[in-house]
Amino acid sequence: MSVASLPAARRVARRPLALALVWLVLLAAPYWMPFLGGYTALGTRVLVLGLAAMSLNFLLGFTGVLSFGHAAYFGLGAYGAGLALKFLTASTPLALILGTLVGGIAGALLGALIVRRRGVYFAMVTIAFGQVFYYIAFRWSSVTGGDDGLRGFSRQPLHLGAVTVDILGNAEAFYYFVLVCFAIAVALMAFLLRSPFGRTLLAIRENERRARFLGIPVELHIWLAFVISCVFISLAGGLDALLNNFANPHELHYSQSGDLVIMAVMGGMRSFWGPLLGAALFVVLQDYVSSLTTNWMSFIGLLFVVVVLLFPRGLLGFLQRGSDK
Amino acid sequence: MTQLLLFNITNGLIIGAFYVLMALGLSLILNLSGIINFAHGGFLAIGGYFAFTLTPYIGFWGALLVAPLLTAVLGLAIERVLIRRLYGRDPLYSLLLTFGLAFIFQDVTRFIWGAQGLPVSVPAFMGQPLSLDFFFITGYRLFMVSVVAVAVTLLFVLLRYTRVGIRIRAGTLDLDTVAALGINVRALRTLNFAVGIFLAGLSGVLAGGQLGLEPTMGDGLLMPSFIAIIVGGVGSLTGTLLGGLLIGVASGVTSVFFPSASEAVMYVMMAAVLLVRPRGLFGEEGMMT
Repeated sequence: MSVASLPAARRVARRPLALALVWLVLLAAPYWMPFLGGYTALGTRVLVLGLAAMSLNFLLGFTGVLSFGHAAYFGLGAYGAGLALKFLTASTPLALILGTLVGGIAGALLGALIVRRRGVYFAMVTIAFGQVFYYIAFRWSSVTGGDDGLRGFSRQPLHLGAVTVDILGNAEAFYYFVLVCFAIAVALMAFLLRSPFGRTLLAIRENERRARFLGIPVELHIWLAFVISCVFISLAGGLDALLNNFANPHELHYSQSGDLVIMAVMGGMRSFWGPLLGAALFVVLQDYVSSLTTNWMSFIGLLFVVVVLLFPRGLLGFLQRGSDK
Repeated sequence: MTQLLLFNITNGLIIGAFYVLMALGLSLILNLSGIINFAHGGFLAIGGYFAFTLTPYIGFWGALLVAPLLTAVLGLAIERVLIRRLYGRDPLYSLLLTFGLAFIFQDVTRFIWGAQGLPVSVPAFMGQPLSLDFFFITGYRLFMVSVVAVAVTLLFVLLRYTRVGIRIRAGTLDLDTVAALGINVRALRTLNFAVGIFLAGLSGVLAGGQLGLEPTMGDGLLMPSFIAIIVGGVGSLTGTLLGGLLIGVASGVTSVFFPSASEAVMYVMMAAVLLVRPRGLFGEEGMMT
C-alpha cells in the first residue's frame, strides 16, 4: 500500500529510464507497429484514447472521485472541434482549442452542480448529466447530424511559418501531431500532480475528512480537478474528431464512459501511465476481437468482470506489487 | 387540445409507472448494498423474454408470475457468485462489474432470442379501448398500471410490516448495527437484491406486452430511473415512487408542446432539484452524499 499510494508523478521522476523508454516507444511507434500487424491510425487511436483515459484518471485515480460521465466531455470536444472546422475556421489548432473550450466550460458549469455529491451518488449524477449531451447530439440533427454523426469536415494542413505539414494525407505526420498534443497535455498533468495543488488532491483522495479539517477547501479542489480533467478529455475528443474526420453521437453515450473507466482501471489507476497501457490493450483487443467474432460485447463484458475480480489494481499495480515482494 | 393533453398525461403516467418499478428495484439495491445495478435493464429484458418463452406453455397469467420469479432466481445466483464479492469495496468496482454484466446480458439475449424485435400477445379482451372518447385507454394499459400499483403497494407493506422488511429498512440506515444485532446481513442483502430484480423482471413482462421485446429494451428505462431516484432523493423509496411518476408525467406533458425536449425536461428537473435541494425531494440530509 505504501508504495502504491506514493504520488505517481514522483515515482516516474525517480525512474528516468522507464520514462525515456515510454517516450521512445511512442516516438518510434509508426516504425515498429507494422511488424506486429498494427497500422499508424491504430497507434493514433491508442494515443487519443490514452489521453482520454489519463485525463479521466486525473479525477478517478488521483482525486478519488468517481466520474462515470466523461464520455460527454470527450464528445463535446469532438463536436466542438468538428463544428468549428465545418462552420468557423480552416485552422486545425484553432478548432482543437475551441473544442477544448466547449468541453471545459460545460465541465465547469456542471461540475459546480455536482461537486458536493460523493461516491456512487456522484457517479449517478455524472452519468445522468452526461446523457444530456448524448441526447442533444442525437436529437439536434440540423446541427449535429443526429444519429448519422457529424460529417463534412476534415483536418486541415498545419502552417508553421514557412513550412506546411500535410496531416490529412500523411498518417505518420498526423500521428506526430497527436503525439505533440499528447505530450503537452501529459506534461501539464504531471506538472499539476507534482505541484502543491496535486498533492492536495492526493490528500483529499486519501482522507477527505482530514483534508477538510486541515482547512483545505475540498469542494473547490474537486471542482478544479473536475474542470482540468474535462479540459484534457475534450482535447482528446477534439483529436478523435480530427482522426476520423467524423464525430459520432455514440461517443457521448455512457457506455463509452464505462469503456474509458475500464481502460484506466485495467492499466492501473494509481499509476500515471497506467491508463495509457489500459487504452492500448483495450484498443488492440477490440480491434482484434471484433474481427474474430460478432459476440464482442460479451467479450468486453467478460473483460470488465475479470478485471474487477482478478486485477482490481490494474496491470501496472499488479506488476509493481509483484516486484516489491 | 384537452384530449391531447389528457392523452399525454396518461401516457406519462404509464411510462412513469415503468420508471417507478425499475427505479424502486434499483433503489432497494442501492440503499442496502450501495450498488448501482447497471445490469438492471438487462434483467428487465430477460424477464420479458422469459415470459415470451413461457407463454405458450403456461399462458399469459402464468408467465406474468413465473417469469419475474425466474428472473429473480437468476439475480439471486448472480448476487451470490459475483456481486457479493464487491460489498464494502470501492463503489467503482461494482459499477464496472454490473456494467460488464449489462453488456453480457444484452449479447446473450441477442444470441438466444435474436436481434429482431419480438411481439408479445396479450389476452384479447385487454386490447380493446374502454371508451371511444378516450381511445388511448386500452384495457392493457389500465391493467399495467394496476399491476404496478399492486406490486408497489405490496412492496411497501412488506417493508413496513414484515420482519424482513423492517430489517431491510434498518439496514439502509445502519447496516453495522443490524449485523451486530445478530441478523444475517449476507442473506438479507441477497434477498433484497432478488426482490429488486423481481421488480425488473415484472416490468420486463409488462413492457413486452406494450412495446414488444428487444435486447436493448431496458436501456432506455435505465437513465430515467436514475433521474427518478436522484429527484426523489437517494435513500427514500417514497421519493423514488413520486420521482418516477413526476418525471413520467413531466416528459408526457412536454411532448405535447415541445416534442423534441421530452427527454431533456427530465434532466432539467434533475438539475433544478440538485440546485435547490441537493438531497432530492424526499432525501434525508447526509444520506449517501
